[in-house]
Amino acid sequence: MVIGEGKPIKEILAMIEDRSKILLAGCRGCVTVCCAGGEKEVGILSSAISLARQNQGKALEIKEVTLERQCDPEYLEEIRSIVDDYEAILSIACGAGVQFLAETYRTTPIYPGINTNFIGVTQEQGVWAERCQSCGDCKLHLTGGICPITRCAKSLLNGPCGGSSTGKCEVDPETDCGWQMIYDRFKELGCLEQLEVIIPITDWTTSRDGGPRKIVREDLKL
Amino acid sequence: MTSDSHLEKMLEQGEFAVTSECGPPRGADAEVIKKKGALLKGTVDAINVTDNQTSVVRMSSFSSCVLLTQIGLEATLQMVTRDRNRIAIQSDILGAAALGINNILCLSGDHQKFGDHSTAKNVYDIDSIHLIQTVKHMRDEGKFLGGEELKGIPKLFIGAAANPFADPFESRVVRLAKKVAAGVQFIQTQCIFNLERFAEWMEQVRDRGLHEKVHILGGVTPMKSVGMANYMKNMVPGMDVPDALIARIKGVEKDKRAEEGVKIAVETIQQLKEMEGVHGVHIMAIEWEEMVPRIAEEAGLLPRPQIA
Repeated sequence: MVIGEGKPIKEILAMIEDRSKILLAGCRGCVTVCCAGGEKEVGILSSAISLARQNQGKALEIKEVTLERQCDPEYLEEIRSIVDDYEAILSIACGAGVQFLAETYRTTPIYPGINTNFIGVTQEQGVWAERCQSCGDCKLHLTGGICPITRCAKSLLNGPCGGSSTGKCEVDPETDCGWQMIYDRFKELGCLEQLEVIIPITDWTTSRDGGPRKIVREDLKL
Repeated sequence: MTSDSHLEKMLEQGEFAVTSECGPPRGADAEVIKKKGALLKGTVDAINVTDNQTSVVRMSSFSSCVLLTQIGLEATLQMVTRDRNRIAIQSDILGAAALGINNILCLSGDHQKFGDHSTAKNVYDIDSIHLIQTVKHMRDEGKFLGGEELKGIPKLFIGAAANPFADPFESRVVRLAKKVAAGVQFIQTQCIFNLERFAEWMEQVRDRGLHEKVHILGGVTPMKSVGMANYMKNMVPGMDVPDALIARIKGVEKDKRAEEGVKIAVETIQQLKEMEGVHGVHIMAIEWEEMVPRIAEEAGLLPRPQIA
């Protein structure tokens, strides 16, 4: 899922400084699961903003809503009837949701209330970790199911680099070396010879470098 | 011969090669690099210039290599894939060859986190093995990666680094084998302080016959002080500094410790000379370039053979 994390309250307060009536919109998708932008976080953020604005002597009216998803057009319609009553929307969905709101409500300013960090997993309660950079050309079959583009700080396809030490990455002693993990996995699978294969130069056109990406499935279009 | 490289000629003729390196200045003063180069004249067969090592911005390796070439020295262009994509890389390869640089060392580079611009974006369009393939492709196929023909071939002698001391140890020789398969012709290793482990790695290298396919130059760095040894041990990832070596330097009087460091470097070179498959040494005297001629002299590497 997409993992995000709340922006510092100061940053949010600065964005909405001149506003007196805003819509605070959460999302029941990924950001609910990673506790960054669901209904609960809408409530918490709303209280925090209200309190701060009261202390500043600049009251702010906040309407709390949590949409089923902010990345699907039909759910964005849920707020069409009330959007014009507010000066701006503060969205705590991922970056895709924030942008989709902006595309849908063209005369309403939209502010992001969270930072969208990565595509990842819940490692344990309260811990999320990155697993995919959505390069658009999955190579996991070549690397034992561990992505070197994501999990090596240099995205090396033929690692490990000379900075791999006792299983850790040179960039951060808390971070596992992606290529040590690939090596261990090959060993467990009994296919260490796969380490010998040179993975060729990447075609990055399927990644962000090819420009904004789009998938059109004619078979699914109405 | 694949290039006009003096280093390649030395190695191909079976001479025990000596290389060293210069860190470029943190400014635009050409004299700094020329002075460092002059110190090494007659002592080494080629001089590497580091490419923004530890991600600290310095004068470019490319321009420093040109400056060395201008004073009659053979330069080895270190190139990292951290800061350039394949477009810039190929362009620099052509420029380097056009300006008389004969050797290239293909590296992935230190992560920008370690440098003075840690908020930078890294590139890593290709990795160091891909860089080896790129140079070889341009030189031997006469083509760009994109497939178009080159007009004028960059005749470069292709090198890369190897770190026998990083983990996982069993993967280190595999990585060398991949570099050899990619087309690397010479290897400069990480600084060797643990000769036992290096010998173990060389044994694996020989078991796979890699020593007959690539020239391995052992990395040697003289320790200036106990502080430097501790720093290398604890702060530089992938560096193996045995406690016994630190104890040996500690064991002599403070003002004689640099001397002891030089002695250890000389002994290391002498042992490397005896090791089958080691075809030279790469002396990295960090901000201590003036010590290289002495080390080379004491290790019996001077005068450098004059070859046609």
